[in-house]
Amino acid sequence: MAINKADFSLIKERRNSIHSKGKNPLPINCQTDSVAGCVSQRACVYCGARVVLNPITDAVHLVHGPIGCASYTWDIRGSLSSGADLFRHSFSTDLREEDIIFGGEAKLIRCIDELFKLYRPPVMLIYSTCIVGVIGDDLEAVCRNASERHGIPIIPVQSSGFAGNKSDGYRAACEVLLRIIGGSEPYSHKPYHLNYLGDYNLAGEAWIIRNYLEEIGIKVNVSFTGDSRYDTLLTAPTASLNIVQCAGSMGYLAKRMAEIYGIPFLNISFLGLADTKESLRRIAYFYNNPLFNERCEKLIHREMARHAPVVYQFRRHLAGKKAAVFVGGGFKAISLIKQFRELGMEVVMVGTQTGRQEEYETINELVAEGTVVLDDANPSELERFMLEQGADLLVGGVKERPLAYKLGLAFIDHNHERKHPLSGFVGAANFACEVYQTVCSPVWNYVDK
Amino acid sequence: MLDRTPYEYVNRNSLVINPAKTCQPIGAMYAALGIHRCLPHSHGSQGCCSYHRMHLSRHFRDPIAASTSSFTEGAAVFGGGSNLKTAIKNIFAIYDPDIIAVHTTCLSETIGDDIPVYINQAQVPEGKAVIHANTPSYVGSHITGFSNMVKGMIKYLSVNSNRPNEKLNIIPGFVNPGDMREIKRMLQTMSVKHIMFPDTSGVLDAPLTGQYNMYPPGGTKIKEIIDAGNSEATLALGSFASGGAADELRKKAKVRSIILPAPIGIRATDEFLMAVSRVSGREISAALEEERGQIIDIMVDLHDQYQGRQVAIFGDPDIVMSLTAFTLELGMIPRYVLTGTPGDAFEREVGQMLNQAGIDARVKAGGDLFTLHQWIKQESVDLLIGTTYGKYIARAEDIPLVRVGFPILDRGVHSYLPIVGYKGAMRLLELISNTLLDRQDRDALDEDLELIM
Repeated sequence: MAINKADFSLIKERRNSIHSKGKNPLPINCQTDSVAGCVSQRACVYCGARVVLNPITDAVHLVHGPIGCASYTWDIRGSLSSGADLFRHSFSTDLREEDIIFGGEAKLIRCIDELFKLYRPPVMLIYSTCIVGVIGDDLEAVCRNASERHGIPIIPVQSSGFAGNKSDGYRAACEVLLRIIGGSEPYSHKPYHLNYLGDYNLAGEAWIIRNYLEEIGIKVNVSFTGDSRYDTLLTAPTASLNIVQCAGSMGYLAKRMAEIYGIPFLNISFLGLADTKESLRRIAYFYNNPLFNERCEKLIHREMARHAPVVYQFRRHLAGKKAAVFVGGGFKAISLIKQFRELGMEVVMVGTQTGRQEEYETINELVAEGTVVLDDANPSELERFMLEQGADLLVGGVKERPLAYKLGLAFIDHNHERKHPLSGFVGAANFACEVYQTVCSPVWNYVDK
Repeated sequence: MLDRTPYEYVNRNSLVINPAKTCQPIGAMYAALGIHRCLPHSHGSQGCCSYHRMHLSRHFRDPIAASTSSFTEGAAVFGGGSNLKTAIKNIFAIYDPDIIAVHTTCLSETIGDDIPVYINQAQVPEGKAVIHANTPSYVGSHITGFSNMVKGMIKYLSVNSNRPNEKLNIIPGFVNPGDMREIKRMLQTMSVKHIMFPDTSGVLDAPLTGQYNMYPPGGTKIKEIIDAGNSEATLALGSFASGGAADELRKKAKVRSIILPAPIGIRATDEFLMAVSRVSGREISAALEEERGQIIDIMVDLHDQYQGRQVAIFGDPDIVMSLTAFTLELGMIPRYVLTGTPGDAFEREVGQMLNQAGIDARVKAGGDLFTLHQWIKQESVDLLIGTTYGKYIARAEDIPLVRVGFPILDRGVHSYLPIVGYKGAMRLLELISNTLLDRQDRDALDEDLELIM
């Protein structure tokens, strides 16, 4: 059965969101609302806020709304914890019809009280959902009163789903984080301490980076938000540097912390051998301490000797294969393009849910002529361009996996469901191995393409 | 780790901890996927649609296509009418489905969007259809949403045109495509003409062909749903997920409605097949009688392994009720039975079953897994039957878990294999007894390890 190209006449409103390098000019249409009626891979404000805040391990995350928003986010983010596990529970006010009519505040108050009595958490985060904004519950007031009653910070997360897109949710989450750390004691910057922003400790990734930095002589105060706790978040203002992995979710927090606390930040990336090397060197260099540079080079030398051969070994099998990338933010897409280059693979299609204009410009510089770049794609577009461009592999999240498989394409989850850490030198080796295992799997011998 | 549930009973008024249900729209989306060439449409924020597609993708491990009205603040203030009309136009232009099945969300319900009016005002191409169901997330559960969408199919499509088709309508309930396939197979062995709707077999268990087909070959055809108004009778399998739709069709098209338990276990399958036989006038096939004989043979062979074992069952109401009945048929002791879906009928019917069996048990509708965990903490059981979400309790209490129901997020293949019918009973029995025996092997001392069990 042939793909009927005529079925894919792109809708007019989408044409400016799709770009083919060398054929049509930038800018690409991005950071806009999705077209009504599209099968978008995007999510909502609540989703953005929830994924950023959920890894705070000892917080109560109470979802104020009907049950769905709590059900769908119950323990779906593979963030590892070194101890507390309250974040892996699902708490909901389970609003019912009568609450919609009479207001949900009374129920919310009862739920907060019951949760406090049951778990005595150090902090509670109360997520607003679509309906809360509409029925007019005053989350701020409820939280303020409950905070006074229980003597812990109880903070509303302004994440009504319709009030923007996932990026607005990231920002709402950053505001909450600023409120949390705003409650810390007077601080002074500790010279060799930094905060690691935009790592959610999926499969233990933040721990890998923390170990690297400690070896150099730099202490990580706290990761935002992978494996963070209330008390570690409070140490954030004492850092003398913020390093930012996922700029899409945490760029705002870094900027605000620079303004409020005078903490400078570096955008870094620990995806791939080259980016990891460069990032470690930049961090070591920042401190202007020759010992750090020395230790950094020693670490790089040792880790490269250990992991680079693994990457090169898989590269032999992968060179010349073609990859397609569809991820949440532009930052990760950029790193992945570079990382595939290390594997001798070309990225022939690259898209994001919420990439920004400047990220698309960088992407455009990095990719080869003819590469398709697209914002907020739907499954039909993904299918069309992956097939047209002859991709062997798709990198994406949960909704893209079965699509790739149906087309007989290999797949890597670079999202919540990754099974191995993909950060740092060891992560680059894991990534190469994962790409090899899926691209070169014998299972494709049974698929007629 | 992951054992924060206290032993002492916690009195909760409002708070839900670790839900055993989710919201209506996902059930509506699942039902709509069971119509041939249908695109489900979520009238609300983008996140709803994204979450439902993700959740269904994880359970079925297949692509889930659905569109969204992509609500913004403007829509929340001024109503979602223009979003829906634009959406309908765009969907037919780009994705070319035969039918769009719109379901609402808590947001569009609360702002009072009048969907039928918007649909009337929308441009619907000749020969295409748009149907809708109201699925407020703050009422019922995903099972209610499934039920409402099936009702919507009938309201919009089914017609009694006074041309009896001598067919039997089957509403299978919120079960896997593997179950729907099995129900159709049973009917085929009896040569019973039927219309099953919705039918996700061939949609969510479609084979890999190297092509992505937004509308796989399966699903009930629109003309079949229209023709359902001319059928002899409707068999609703499960009162919660299917009963309402059967009643709707009785009211609208005077098709007799017969509400049966989900055909899981021996007696429920017997009851289903006898009803089919009675209405269609066809005898229960020799093939099915043979299968029944086989499952009874297996039950006899293995009865010492499962009989008397205590079990906790949770999940969706129709499935849980029939599973409870099946475990009673096996001589097991269902100690705790819980569903997240609200409904007095659940507690009443399960209560009656257990009463008749003389079993002292706890039964709850509208419950959550925190409650189930508390019960188990106070007095443990030998086996837990339920969805993937049971794995936390299973781990904390060191109880084996048999995964049945929706969602199953951590294992594959389940959606292809049935739990309904005698074949399904055979599979359930294999799962239950193997799980118990695996546990026995794991725990056995060297001197107690047995080769032959």
